[in-house]
Amino acid sequence: MTLPKDKSEYRGVWVFLEARKGALREVSRQLLGEARRLADIRRSDVSGVLPGWNVEPLAREATEYGADRVYLVEDRRLETYTSRPFAKVVATLIGKHKPEIVLFGATKNGRDLGGRLHAMIETGLAADCVKLEIDDEGNLDMVRPSFGGKSLAHILCKQHRPQMASARPNVFRVLPRQPGRQGQVIRETVALTDADVDATIVTFEERTGQLARKIEDARVVVSGGLGMRDPKNFALLEALADELGGAVGASRKAVDAGWVPKDYQVGQTGKTVRPKLYIAVGISGAVQHLAGMQESEKILVVNQDHKAPIFEIADYGVVGDLFQVIPELARQLRERKAIRGGRAAAA
Amino acid sequence: MPGPRSIVCIKQVPKAQELQVDPVTNTLKRVGVPSEINPPDRNAIEMALQIRDKHGGEVFVVTMGPPVFTFSLDEALAMGCDRAFLLTDRLLGGSDTVPTAYALSETIHKIGGYQLIFCGEETTDASTGHVGPGIAGHLDCAQITYCSAVQYLGSRVRGKRSVEDGYETWECPLPCVVTANFLSNKPRPPTLTGKIRVKRGGLTTTWSCADVGIDPDKVGIRNSPTIVAKVDTVVLPDRKAKIFRGEPRAAVAQLLDAMVADGVFPA
Repeated sequence: MTLPKDKSEYRGVWVFLEARKGALREVSRQLLGEARRLADIRRSDVSGVLPGWNVEPLAREATEYGADRVYLVEDRRLETYTSRPFAKVVATLIGKHKPEIVLFGATKNGRDLGGRLHAMIETGLAADCVKLEIDDEGNLDMVRPSFGGKSLAHILCKQHRPQMASARPNVFRVLPRQPGRQGQVIRETVALTDADVDATIVTFEERTGQLARKIEDARVVVSGGLGMRDPKNFALLEALADELGGAVGASRKAVDAGWVPKDYQVGQTGKTVRPKLYIAVGISGAVQHLAGMQESEKILVVNQDHKAPIFEIADYGVVGDLFQVIPELARQLRERKAIRGGRAAAA
Repeated sequence: MPGPRSIVCIKQVPKAQELQVDPVTNTLKRVGVPSEINPPDRNAIEMALQIRDKHGGEVFVVTMGPPVFTFSLDEALAMGCDRAFLLTDRLLGGSDTVPTAYALSETIHKIGGYQLIFCGEETTDASTGHVGPGIAGHLDCAQITYCSAVQYLGSRVRGKRSVEDGYETWECPLPCVVTANFLSNKPRPPTLTGKIRVKRGGLTTTWSCADVGIDPDKVGIRNSPTIVAKVDTVVLPDRKAKIFRGEPRAAVAQLLDAMVADGVFPA
């Protein structure tokens, strides 16, 4: 394995900036904030790396979210993400500028890229980190859930550089945007040919309706588990979610039972959510599920079994029959909203 | 046109409910723990078998691990895979995703003659999803990750890839690594004739690192970039739940009063 001759040659914290439909992904902005913190500890700086086409405004935006510089590579072949050209661009820039740390969003594309890249450049990559720290020796301490969320593993990459880590959306918090904050935008050229483009995206079907409501971004998530008993009962959760402007999620057991699609799944092998309010309905609370929602601001549990482990992390609990409690909750919320509306109209 | 040769990479993992940590080595306990084929890998096997059902060709299955992983290879053979390869060597112990992707890609290279390589989207024990694209990186071939459906087009492959806001259909030249989404299909159960074929033997090839030509200085715990320095037990903060019970109407009213008082909902 090729080890760096001198690790001190490697400096700076990089964020792979993911563009989607003309905007920076929220997770990229969140990672810039975390990169800023790590760079300040290491007394180094933050760079974004942005492959794309017509994305210079996004590079400027990244500087306002904490990047000191952005390496911008523009090529028509980089207009939408595909594995090989993106991996070539990022690998080339890493070889040229030698960052100490590289962060990726643990999105589908971020993982696709990171997985290919870490094998190409032979360095460590820790997936789904929930915490990043700098240890006493100056290494990146990459903390990720392990063993089904029962524990947190501290991963170190001591000899290889860069140290690479991914984090899911909403694990880190975005820094307030600083309009006018200055940063360099450096245009880089990576020689790409048509031979570097092996994948063609022939169609894109956008998700619409309830499925388009992404649980990762929702302020309220209403999730159902095995206690829902039947897929058609998820309509109760949808009605409640609609009342609260939220999205519907599910436990792995409900997904495994085939009641709802995998996109609904909250937990270790699903999505991590951090909404203002998480409502767990008929979910017993396996550690794998808790790993995906325990950072929610408030947690409301509705379950018949007062001994269900999920009550241990609840702020509010209703012990009772969900088939009575959930419609009643939706009804009373609607009633209170109507009263508020009436008061506002009277005033 | 003859169908493609597909190579499916699988891993044997502890059953989800049996995950236990060895307090001394901080690694997963694998000895004496009931294990199974990594569930998304079953979807990968099924994807490959469906292509063979339709186009002909063959499906080989590969794993890297201790000899007990034969259990999973036998099951894959009984599901209908044509041949199995076990890469087993003490030198490989403790490999992280970089040496694993390297060793598997060398094994695939040694088998040769392949058009498609399948993996599960991720494993349920380590859940990184890095090995599939890592194999593509080592082999310098195309990749389509997170596929829920795949179509073999003769000289190319088409995969329906799940992304956050929808589905992308990618088309790639061969060879190509395809990673299969968990639950993307219904894996067929092992058949009786399949089990009889396994019993007759002769379908599994066992290789060491030397047999494949794997560089011992690129594998194992010593040559893995990452180490697990320590493991903390998760301690959840006590949120001191306010619990309501009894007649639903009154319980919900009390709940909402409490949530309004705490500022969760407007008054």
